[in-house]
Amino acid sequence: MIDMTRYAGQTAGTLLNRLLDDSVSRHLGIKLDTPLTRVMLSLIALAAVVAGYRLVFGIGAASNLNDQWPWGLWIGFDVLGGVAMAAGAFMIAGAVYILNWKKYKCIARASILNAFFGYLLAAISITLDVGRSLVIWHPLVMWQINSIMFIVALHLVLYLSTLATESSPMVLEKLGWQRALDGVHRIMVGAVMFGVALSLLHQSSLGANYLIVPGKLSPLWYNKHLPYQFLASALMMGFSMVSFETILTGKVFKHSVPFDVIKGLARGIMIVGSFYLVFKLFELVQGPGLLAPFDGSLEGGMWLLEMAVGVVLPLLLLALPSVRRNRNKLFAVDILVIFGVLFNRLNVCIFGVARYNTAFGGDYFPSAMEWILTLGMIAFAVLGFKLCAKYLNLFPEPH
Amino acid sequence: MAISRRKFVKIVAGTGGALVASGTPLAPLAQAQLSTELPPQATGILYDATLCVGCKACMSKCKAENNVPGGALYKKGRSTPPYEKGNLEANNGIWDAPRELSGDTLNIVKLYKNGSAEVKDRAVNGYAFFKQQCLHCISPACVSVCPAGAFRKDPENGAVYYLAERCIGCRYCQLACPFGVPRYEWDSAWPEVRKCQLCRHRQEKGGIAACAEACPTGATIFGKVVDLREEAKRRLALRPGEEYRYPIQVVGSKDWTLRGAAHYVAQIYGLKEAGGTQNIMLSGISFELLGFKNNIPNYDLPRLTWAYISKVLWVFFWVFATGTATYQITHRKKDKEGQS
Repeated sequence: MIDMTRYAGQTAGTLLNRLLDDSVSRHLGIKLDTPLTRVMLSLIALAAVVAGYRLVFGIGAASNLNDQWPWGLWIGFDVLGGVAMAAGAFMIAGAVYILNWKKYKCIARASILNAFFGYLLAAISITLDVGRSLVIWHPLVMWQINSIMFIVALHLVLYLSTLATESSPMVLEKLGWQRALDGVHRIMVGAVMFGVALSLLHQSSLGANYLIVPGKLSPLWYNKHLPYQFLASALMMGFSMVSFETILTGKVFKHSVPFDVIKGLARGIMIVGSFYLVFKLFELVQGPGLLAPFDGSLEGGMWLLEMAVGVVLPLLLLALPSVRRNRNKLFAVDILVIFGVLFNRLNVCIFGVARYNTAFGGDYFPSAMEWILTLGMIAFAVLGFKLCAKYLNLFPEPH
Repeated sequence: MAISRRKFVKIVAGTGGALVASGTPLAPLAQAQLSTELPPQATGILYDATLCVGCKACMSKCKAENNVPGGALYKKGRSTPPYEKGNLEANNGIWDAPRELSGDTLNIVKLYKNGSAEVKDRAVNGYAFFKQQCLHCISPACVSVCPAGAFRKDPENGAVYYLAERCIGCRYCQLACPFGVPRYEWDSAWPEVRKCQLCRHRQEKGGIAACAEACPTGATIFGKVVDLREEAKRRLALRPGEEYRYPIQVVGSKDWTLRGAAHYVAQIYGLKEAGGTQNIMLSGISFELLGFKNNIPNYDLPRLTWAYISKVLWVFFWVFATGTATYQITHRKKDKEGQS
């Protein structure tokens, strides 16, 4: 290891040395110099160029958005999807710190960090999506409490800070800043509760954004309980994402989490998933009717795809004991749920408003730059997580 | 975690107190919901499609009159109004040919045409003109959704106006508007949202909307909304062909043209749509054919999102209350262990 005191002076050098000491994760055997890392780095570099282009030349130059399609891939995937993918943190944190379910403690740090990157992805993307990125802080000082978007903005900032607070012990431990660490521990339970409240609101308010468009969003998705559907699907996504990330890190790093934990997460998917399925069918019957998705339209097909991949198939698989007992099969179920909920967000944001928008001559397919930025953001989140796994004590040994 | 229960309760109480304190700005929540009543001096436009001859004088005047400081199209350093080439090859930029409302066009007159297009204001084998622009909702969705308060409704005349210096460019207004009115300056690096602001800058000086002033036939007239509604009702009560004095520029004007009434469809567009709008329209053929959606709810849209927002503080209260109670129960055993 390089001794940073030689380059950065005594004080800063010692801190850097402590931070860059990867002995905490030596048992995980994380290699940074891999082909995948290089691919991700180039994606991040490309995305940085796109971000620069977008800031200099404007949102119209960088994206294919237009007056009929004001919101596209960046909102549908990066923001709605990224936030939903981060839903696991508040549930695990709540389970560990409030319900005192000790067995999940070993995955708490990883799932909170996972959420931190999910929210960071959403925050950076929305900053680039708004046309006047430099004044994106306006809602924080120019309160407009009738606006769901104001609620979303406020919660995004507050929850990102909460997640940073919840994650900070990992960094403070390494720096050996005992007093700060004690301080964070003292407010931890309060922070977790704050995080639970913010998450419940944030996940649902992304759906509430669409409450105001009864005439635009297809009745397959629009109903007055849309916020609660967003919340339920986010919970399902949260369980799957944590389970996915736990199994994945177990595969790629030399690290293993008790199967009991993964089984518990699968039970969570089953409970929330069953509720969500009934909820969706109930709203379908109440609204456009049970047969509406089968009318052969694009929307109907997308609705069926979303429900088949994300809800019905995972629930059927989880009904089989052989699936519930098998790490790899549960891994596949997690992936299905993640894709299904991502489909749902894209459906609400893009396919669900397509009929209305095209009736007014609008047409939209994401531009190359929109794709590159989205891919770069994913790479950024994955690589960031990996770096944290290498340099921080992300997986404390289970007790 | 090395923390006693008493200490913990203190912390939670402290956090809760801080939360309540930080929530003080939320106190006027009761008044936050947008009014559903017409402002006392509300002004607007009555557009009667049966009188429109498609001359587009309103569009031309709109562009010129709004390209001045305070106008809805004003841009610093731009002297000539923003003409659109409209994909016409021969257009060298000296005449304005917009196809749609846009960041450069706040109102537009379009043509409906069917079959042989012989008779005006007839759905089959007929034609009709119609005009699109902001309708100035009584409870505007754009005002309610803007996270930075960039859209406002004038408390006196009810014009829905825009404050560019607040806008962050999230375009939620575009999504939320049930009429698809707000447009964005997509080709700008520092874009603004553009839409008709009912010539608020002219009204301040006692003037009327530029389009109404320019209209030679009285198809577009300006006035108090209550008077416009009365005028529209009078016209709907006319028998087709019955002679009527159609006022020019403003409702109740001394200038009028005498002509036979057309056959109107029995609907005043904007009376109920989205809870009512200050601009209203009459037509000889159904509004659906003219591209105006018929599935727009006849109530104020902001109530849909307000139903959610009004519950937000309760969620915080509920989570902290049940969270604290749960914590007490789940950590009881540990405390006893600690004491023994």
